[in-house]
Amino acid sequence: MSQRYDLAQGSTRELNSWLHHYNGTGESAAWQVVNPNGAHNLAVGLDAPITVDIEGHVGYYCAGMNKYAQVTVHGNAGPGVAENMMSGLVRITGSASQYAGATAHGGLLVIEGDASSRCGISMKGVDIVVHGSIGHMSAFMAQSGRLVVCGDAGEALGDSLYEARLYVRGNVAGLGADCVEKPMKDKHKLELEKLLCEAGITGADAGEFRRFGSARKLYNFNVDNADAY
Amino acid sequence: MPTKRRRKHDNDKQELRSRLRESATFPRSVIAEIQRAARTGIYDIRGFGAKRHVPTFDDLLFLGASMSRYPLEGYRERCDTNVTLGTRYAKKPIELKIPVTVAGMSFGALSAPAKEALGRGATIAGTSTTTGDGGMTPEEREHSKILVYQLLPSRYGMNPDDLRRADAIEVVVGQGAKPGGGGMLLGQKISPRVAAMRDLPAGIDQRSACRHPDWTGPDDLKIKIEELREITNWEKPIYIKIGAARTYYDTALAVKAGADVVVLDGMQGGTAATQDVFIEHVGIPTLPALRQAVEALQDLDMHRKVQLIVSGGIRTGADVAKALAMGADAVSIGVAALIALGDNGPEFEDDYNRLDSSAGYYDDWHEGRDPAGISTQDDELAARFDPVLGGRRLANYLRVLTLEAQTLARANGKSHVHNLEPEDLVALTIEAAAMAKVPLAGTDWIPGHGKF
Repeated sequence: MSQRYDLAQGSTRELNSWLHHYNGTGESAAWQVVNPNGAHNLAVGLDAPITVDIEGHVGYYCAGMNKYAQVTVHGNAGPGVAENMMSGLVRITGSASQYAGATAHGGLLVIEGDASSRCGISMKGVDIVVHGSIGHMSAFMAQSGRLVVCGDAGEALGDSLYEARLYVRGNVAGLGADCVEKPMKDKHKLELEKLLCEAGITGADAGEFRRFGSARKLYNFNVDNADAY
Repeated sequence: MPTKRRRKHDNDKQELRSRLRESATFPRSVIAEIQRAARTGIYDIRGFGAKRHVPTFDDLLFLGASMSRYPLEGYRERCDTNVTLGTRYAKKPIELKIPVTVAGMSFGALSAPAKEALGRGATIAGTSTTTGDGGMTPEEREHSKILVYQLLPSRYGMNPDDLRRADAIEVVVGQGAKPGGGGMLLGQKISPRVAAMRDLPAGIDQRSACRHPDWTGPDDLKIKIEELREITNWEKPIYIKIGAARTYYDTALAVKAGADVVVLDGMQGGTAATQDVFIEHVGIPTLPALRQAVEALQDLDMHRKVQLIVSGGIRTGADVAKALAMGADAVSIGVAALIALGDNGPEFEDDYNRLDSSAGYYDDWHEGRDPAGISTQDDELAARFDPVLGGRRLANYLRVLTLEAQTLARANGKSHVHNLEPEDLVALTIEAAAMAKVPLAGTDWIPGHGKF
């Protein structure tokens, strides 16, 4: 049976303190949070395999730096959702604002609606699956991990990216510096199918996606690439 | 050639040479730089801080005590030096024994033993050291009693466990050597360990972002800082580090964003690798920046409530004492700490010569070939450096800085270095008087305020 926390009666500080009681214990528990009303910094710094269901919209940095926990936002999320996540699962049933999954090192972030600009900025190993579309400058300087977009991608996708792999089903408005389309091999289809399955997304055929990654031309300075900087 | 003709020839040659006139616009150093740029096609990247002359604490003097002021007895009467940082919001403020901290320098820019030595030295002296743009190493945590963990735009190695292991958190907005610039670590120094900590391919030229990925200004930085406080149970002091630019407003905005401590780095502040043009031409000197930061804190009634740490060209106990007299709560050292560890040591002169440099001039820290084994990721070079000896040297140096600052404080009749005040200072130059807002020596004139 899950515990219920009403933010209309309590505070972010108290909620997070309760959730942090499980940190490092390895204990599992289930929490339901109601009346979030766009509050910032909900369920940040969790470090236990607990589940947290937030019934409504959240503000900045929800589930920031998450480890092991499974956080579901039944609504939209503000900027920086699951920023610097290490592991676990964060699911947004609505849409997410800017910098979703910024610098995240691991785990899975699922956005069932759309994501705004800079989705997956500087991502460092996280997997991000967006059912809808993503905004401009997404996967900017993305270092590693995988970004899957079932809809369209905005301008300058993957600008200055490193070793992250990007999969897009719809249109790409434009590629950023050093980001190129790469062949979709069987191993990539397999990895994509697995990711879609983990994200619980049905009706998207891995064969319909295109793959993008780094041309690796900006890895070491070359004066003849100066126009690209 | 007959002797007479040879003598005339030599005289003519000498006369011609003595008529050579170096251009003020194109001196030999400028010509050499143009030639280098034309040859390589890349701007000059180097370590160290600004090398140009700017007004500094050397342009200020203490008045001392005499008939109208009463000094303290050297060695016999106490002059305290302790500093508390983070009294605004943090449940666990930092307590330092001395008003000098060690600034952020990355593992990557420095070798692991060098980082260890900084921790050892700071710990012996009773002060803090700081991580850098490359995450926290176990060696550093183990040997640093008080460790400040930096949150930088790149977020290399950032993780909640290290956040909770840290004693304070420093949100780095900028640094004095390059306000508005991001980090840089060239391929030579991206060893497999450095690459793994940063999630990057080994051997690439790493250029970090200059803007944070998940906030853009003071309004959302406030929320970001609350996130960090939530993650760490509101225990840790949170610093905001700014490079000296529009310092009055930047300090005020740092206070608004919720900083416990503002760290202000003037343009003389060091860097491991930055474009020379950036180091020398962006930002303002430490002297005027410090005054602006103190004014901002005073105008907000936050002076001493939000603590101020100033860095950028701190070398001596006189610099420390003058910075405190102008209103800083503590100072921070970077380049000076590396020199104390052994950087630019004369014993490596032959090695420096082989790198076309010389002890006292070596600044190619980005190349990773440091003969002193400090700014390198080369195992053989790093093995030259003894972290225990290095730590001891740094502790000695920190103690000398403190003893010197105490000497000056006692001379001005102060029982705590924080009791030093601008009234104890005068300026030697009109520029320094204007920038520090203390009177020109022998007058009561501060340029812009009243008549000479």
